[in-house]
Parts: sequence; C-alpha cells; structure tokens
Amino acid sequence: MNSIILRTATRFMLPLLILFSIVVLLRGHNQPGGGFVGGLLATSAFALYAMAFGVPAMQRILRVPLTTYIAIGLGMALVSGVPGLLGGEPFLYGMWSSFELAGIGELKVGTPLLFDVGVYVTVMGVCLLMLSTLAEES
Amino acid sequence: MIVGTLLAIFALALAAPSLHRVLGRATGYVLALGPLVAFGYYLTQMTPTAAGEATTVAVAWAESLGVEFSFRVDSLSTLFALLVTGVGTAIVLYSNSYLEGHPKRGRFFGYLLGFMGAMLGLVLADDLILLFIFWELTSITSYLLIGFDHEREKARKSALQALVVTGLGGLSMLAGLVLLGQIAGTFSVSGIIENYQVLAESPLTLAAMILVLGGAFTKSAQFPFHFWLPNAMEAPSPVSAYLHSSTMVKAGVYLVARLNPAFTEDPAWQWALAGFGGATMLLGAYMATRQTYYKKVLAYTTVSSLGIMVMLIGLGAPQAAAAYILAHALFKGALFLVAGIVDHEAGVKDTEQMGGLFGKMPVTALVAIISGLSMAGMVPLLGFVAKELLLKGSLHAHGGPHDVAWLWPTISTIAGAFMAVAGFQAGIRPFLMKRTAEGEYPKPPHEAPPPMLLGPVVLTCLTLVGGLVPALFAKPIINGTTASIAGAKEVELVKLSAIYMATHASTALLLSGIALVAGAVLFFLRGPWRAITAPLDRIGAIIGPERIYHLLFAGTVGSVSLATIQTKLLQSGYLRVYVQVTVLTVLALGGGLMVLQGDLVESISVALPKFGEIAWTELLFEAVLVFMICVAAIASTQMRGRLSTIAVLGVVGYCSAVIFVLFGAPDVAMTQFAVETLTVIIFVLVVYHLPRFSVYSSKKVKSLDALLGAAFGLMMAAFVVSSFAIDADDGISWFYNRYALPSAAGEHVAYGRNLVNIILVDFRAIDTLGEIVVLGLAAVGVYTLLKLRQDRPAQGGMA
Repeated sequence: MNSIILRTATRFMLPLLILFSIVVLLRGHNQPGGGFVGGLLATSAFALYAMAFGVPAMQRILRVPLTTYIAIGLGMALVSGVPGLLGGEPFLYGMWSSFELAGIGELKVGTPLLFDVGVYVTVMGVCLLMLSTLAEES
Repeated sequence: MIVGTLLAIFALALAAPSLHRVLGRATGYVLALGPLVAFGYYLTQMTPTAAGEATTVAVAWAESLGVEFSFRVDSLSTLFALLVTGVGTAIVLYSNSYLEGHPKRGRFFGYLLGFMGAMLGLVLADDLILLFIFWELTSITSYLLIGFDHEREKARKSALQALVVTGLGGLSMLAGLVLLGQIAGTFSVSGIIENYQVLAESPLTLAAMILVLGGAFTKSAQFPFHFWLPNAMEAPSPVSAYLHSSTMVKAGVYLVARLNPAFTEDPAWQWALAGFGGATMLLGAYMATRQTYYKKVLAYTTVSSLGIMVMLIGLGAPQAAAAYILAHALFKGALFLVAGIVDHEAGVKDTEQMGGLFGKMPVTALVAIISGLSMAGMVPLLGFVAKELLLKGSLHAHGGPHDVAWLWPTISTIAGAFMAVAGFQAGIRPFLMKRTAEGEYPKPPHEAPPPMLLGPVVLTCLTLVGGLVPALFAKPIINGTTASIAGAKEVELVKLSAIYMATHASTALLLSGIALVAGAVLFFLRGPWRAITAPLDRIGAIIGPERIYHLLFAGTVGSVSLATIQTKLLQSGYLRVYVQVTVLTVLALGGGLMVLQGDLVESISVALPKFGEIAWTELLFEAVLVFMICVAAIASTQMRGRLSTIAVLGVVGYCSAVIFVLFGAPDVAMTQFAVETLTVIIFVLVVYHLPRFSVYSSKKVKSLDALLGAAFGLMMAAFVVSSFAIDADDGISWFYNRYALPSAAGEHVAYGRNLVNIILVDFRAIDTLGEIVVLGLAAVGVYTLLKLRQDRPAQGGMA
C-alpha cells in the first residue's frame, strides 16, 4: 500500500507497539497480559509494517527467517523446563530466584518468565510466517 | 566400551549429513573409522568369549516395569558384532565410491550408520524390550535404505513391503516377548535362558514361542514370508550386501539362536524351525536356479541360506548353524559387492548378458570366483566346511524331527545342488565363460577403484583362510558360538579343517560330491531347466504368498474397504461438508445426551431465576451487545461480497470480546481482540486468492443449513443456561487461589496474581508447550502447502 500517512505513522507506531507488547508480556504474571497476547500484539505491529512497506521489508527488519523465530521460541519454552528437572522436580516446575535492584526494589526471576517469552516468540513467529506466506502469494 | 561403540556409531549417523557437507569425498573414510574401532574392540573379545566368558553392562531404565538397559557380550553376540562392524566398515568404504557424486550421499551414510547402530544394539541387548526396540529400529532404517531411490515407485513399494511384513512380525514378536517375560518373571535374556525349566512348565510357553517366531521368521524371510527379500533388492547394492546378506535378515536367525537354549528340548520348537527352515531352504535354492539377474540369484540363495541356518538350529546342530552363519556372511557379502561393481563398472545386471569379464576386472573376478565356489560348497573354502556340517547335521538330526530322518539329508543334498548352480551362475558365468549377448557392454568394463575392492577382497581372503586354517579365526568363533546356541546342552564338536574333511571319507562327503556333480550338470542344462520349470513359476504367481500379501494389502487400502468409505464421507474436500459433519456430530452426541439424560428442563428451571438477580443496567449493556451480534451474524449470511462478510464477522468477534470485558475476563478479551484483528488480516489475504464470489448453494441447501445452525445454537444456549444450575463452589479455583501466591503457611507453587497466566505458564505449562508446538506445526504446514504449490506449474482449478 503506497500511502505516505500510513508509512509515516507506522514508523512511529512500530516501536511503540512492540514496546507495548513487551509490557503486556512482562506484566502478564500479575495483571492481564502474557506471552500469547503479547505475541499477537507484536504480530499486529509487524503486520502493520508489512502493510505499509511490504513483506520483504518486514522480513528485513526481523533479520532472521521466521522459522528461526519459531524454533527459538519453542527452544526457550523447552529449555525453561530443564531447571526444574535439575532441581529434582518435575519437568517445567517453576524455579524462582530474586535479585535486589538498586532503585527498583526486589526483582523476581523465574523459569515461567522464560517460558512466557518462548510463547511470545513462537506466537509471533507462527502468525507472521502464515501472514507473510499468504501475502507473498499475492 | 560396549555402550561406547554403540553411542559412537549413532553419533556418527546423526553427524553424517553435516560431515558430508564439510568433508565431501573423504566422508566415507572418516565415517568408516567408527565401525573399524568397534570391530577392533570386538576382535579383542573373540578369544575370551570363545572360552565362555561374558561381559555384561546394565543401566537401570524403567525399573517399575522390570526393563533394563543391559548389554551382554558372549560368543554369539561377538560373532554378530564382528559381522556388523567388520562388514559395515567395508560397506561404508565401498559406498563412498559407489555413491560418488550422488546428491544424497550424506543422508545415505546417516541411514547406513543408523542401521549399523541398531543392528549392533540388537545383537548385544540382554533385555527383551531393549532387543525389541533395536529390532524395530532396524526395520525402520532398512525401510529408509531400501527405498533410498525414492523417486522410483518400485523402490518405494518394496521398501513398504519389507516394512509391513517385518513390522507385523515385530508386533507379533513384542507380544511374544512380553508373554515370555511374564512366564519367566524377568525380561533379561540371560536370566530366561538360565531358568529355562520354568518355561517348560508353563502352558503359555507355546503361545509365546509362536508369537516370537512370527517376528523371527518374517525378519529372516522364512517361507511363507520370503517374498519381501528378493523385492528388497531395489536397494543400492551396498545396502543389499549389508542388510540382506550379513546382517538384518540374520536378525531372525540371531533371535532363534539366542533363544534356542530356552526352548531346545521343546518338540514344537524343533519342528517349527526344522520344518519352516527346510521348506525355505529348498524353495529359496530352487528359485535361485531360475534367476538370471545377479542380485536376484543372490537374493534367493540368501533366502535358502537363512532357511538352512534356522533348520540346523531346529535339528540340534548348533555347530553347523554357527559355521553357516559365518561362511554365508563372508561369501554373500563379497558377492553382493561384486554385483554392485559389475553393475557400476560394466552397466549390466543380468548374468546371462555377461561373460569374459576376467580379463577386464581380474581382482573382482577372483573375488567372485572364490566366493561363488564357496557358495557352491567347493573344497577348500569355508563354504565347503559349512556345507559338510550342514549334511552331517541333517544326517544326525537330534530331537523330535529325527522321526523322519531320511528327509533332512535328502532335501539338504537337493538344496546343495541348487546352491551349486547359483554359485556357478554368480561366480563362473560372468567371468570365465564367453559372452553370448549381442552388442557392446553399456559401459566399457574396467576394474573398480581400490576402496570398493578392499571389502570384497578381505572377505574373500577370510573365506579361503577360514577353510584352510580354521584355527586362525573360524574355529574360536564357530565353536564359541556353538556353545552359546547350545546352552547347557553337550555338543559333539567336529574338526573344522576343509582339507581334513575332504580327505576323510564319510556319508556327508559322498552327498556333498553328489550335490556338486548334480549342480554342475544342472548348470550346463540351465536353459532347458528354466524352460521346464517356468509353468511352476506361473502357478506360484497365482497362489503364492506374495499374491496373498497383495490381496490383503488391497483390502486395507484398496478401492472397496471401510477406509475408503469413511474417507469419502469425512474427507470430502469441501469445507461446508466438514462443517456440517462436525456440527451434526456435536449435535447428535451432545444434544442427544442432554435430551436423553432428561434433567435439561429441570436445570434450566433452576438456572432461569438466577438471571433475575442481575442488575438491569448490566442487562442493558448485554442486550445491546447480543443484539449487535445477532444482527451481524444474520447479516453475514446475506452479504454478497467477501470483504463485507469478513468485516461483519469481525463485528461478531469484537462484540464477543466486549462481553468478556463485561464479565471480568480482561485476559480473554485482550486475546480475543488481537486474534480477531489478525483473523481479519489473514482472511483478507486469503480472499485475495479466491475466485469471484458466487452463490453455490440452492435455496433448499440454505434452509437446511439454517435449520442445522439454529439447532446447534439452541443446543449451545441450553448448555450455557443449564450450566448455571451447577454449583460452582466445588470447582478447582480454590486450588489455584491457594497455590498461586505464598500463603501464610508458606506453601506455594507459583508467584503471581494473574491466575489465567499462571495456569498457562506454570500449573499447566506442559499443555501450553504442546499448544505452541501445534501452532508451530500449523505454520510450517501453511508454509509448505503454499510453497510446494508454487514450485509446481499451475494445475487446473487452483487459479
């Protein structure tokens, strides 16, 4: 679509949307949100970009092939189950540890977060792969 | 070290395709190191195991099931391990040249080494279940190897046939092994053999034995399952040499030999082995005389040899069986490789089209002549020793089958004569006799490169040395293996020297001479012989077991079958039929159940008053949304354009999302919004490819669909309403509430306040993992479907 308004708007919107999707991803543990929705939002952001600049341009800013995103996402989800195993618990058991961050307070980090990021990346990769395959056909 | 050799070979199998990309031509030389080192290790085991020692390695595995990851190296295992790794080394080197320049050589090595590892694991396993796993792994890898030239339909069919036959046998074997383990109370092979008296007492032993033999007989191509083996010759020659002479088909023989000590006194066991083995021996040898294609001659003699080995075990002649296993692997491995060389360097497959090749390829010719003569049973080769032992074993049959003592030497002699014909056909005809065929060879015949010759030459030297100086390697292996097969039973051992046997008169020597002379005569009269026996072939084609296989196969996947009918019904290819079938099924099962249970009216009457408790402001919001959804849904059926239909459906989706917001499910609402947006985008992209919108359904179909839709909607509504009647306090939400956050008692599983998310990523993370895997597969499916279509020229109807 050759529209200056769309293109200009997209340039501003893309980083904001992605930032938003990451916020949604990270806050998901305590408030509405999570990896799935975050991934869908990120997909929407990149789909917007693809509409404004074309699918090849979108694939360029993503750097690596979309199948790689899927692989990385699934890999992260899978790996997040291993610490549980190592700790003598069932596969995918949530393992947590917390850090003191100066000025922010206590930060809890756990394998469910890694899992959620894996879901995020997978969902984004899957949806964008379907979108771009269909779009390339046209 | 035992596990190490296995792991090394499997690791090489996995790495082969990548290694091939890096190393190119040299891949085979590097990969051959794996089996070579393993071969060296098992060579060091030869002397101690021959003396009766055994090494055992066991790792706990599925303890609750009594299954162990255990391996045991005794003499029988060593013999097979040496064959697998030794012949394997030669095959890898040979394939490196044979498949020179083949685009899928790396993958081929992967399959080949995978098979090698499976086979090695099979002969070393000391646990029935572990043995079964390796057994099936050999079936699968051999499927890949036989069908390696998968562009050819015949290769695919043969590979499938081999897999179906051996796979079905494998399933029967699994049942038998489980039964055996139940009877003996252990899955350990050595444990079962030690407690063989328990087997003799159980009434279930016969069933277990028959089931296990089902596996062994299909794998080692015993009559009436022999037909898959000659068809499997569609595989590349090195594969035939490896799978069909020295290893895979012998897995059945190995299993029979391995379990023989447990059943040896059982007359049913003796009769089954001797009967089926004898029939296979005779049939295979006879069929071999009728063949002219090099690999087919070898394939049918292999069938015959497998019959011989099984028969000998049944007749209680373990030394003869052990000698035949070794002799056969050596000469048949070499001959298959020769078949590949002749095909590769001269371009001919039919032995009757060959001739005078001795001058062109002297080394290959010497290999073929010596190995061919060994197959024919000529002095002083190892094949002669094996045949002498076969005849001796037939003459002195122990156990049940000695009731018909005259039968075994008779059929052995006849089979020996047929084998001699096949030996001359493979060893003499192409090299020492004149070429009678018209025209030039398709390729100018010349000697094969050294890496291809190495294997056959070494195997042939062993054939020669084994007959002349048995003490060097043949005697320890054969006699050690004999002890393994015989178990606790005492066996009279025969002196193995070919010279000694040929110079000491015996009935066996006389029969051997008769067989050789008859074979020589028959070889010169092979033209008329083939003409006379041709009608038998035609009868075999009509009533033979292969025909039965095809009939059964057609019954499963052919034109008139349950599968076809239900496929036509369920997989029509029309989206509307899929939707109709799905809706009707849910309606019939779900709705039917609701009506049948009869408490529908009751639960609705319980639920309805609860709606009165809702505040009217809330109801107003809901009513507006429901109205919008209904209008949009009805409008979507009336739209005349695709884009407008999609937009209207989007309205339905967004309104549903707002309902989620109203009912305090922001998570679901968010997801619904995002999904709805993306669905519209994807729909728009798909619509782009569809033909112009037109009306397909008639008024009648439409009203029927409307009726179906309305009924479905009503059923869902009834579902939802009646669900209000259920007291929800007994749900499991208390569990999530309790364990989501650290409680006063300190018990917690997850840290988080958003239950939906915690369920997704923590409590039920493995479900989510499964779901994202499905998502990934769906994406790959979309990708391949569209991309594959793109590569092909446009076919009608897809524009």
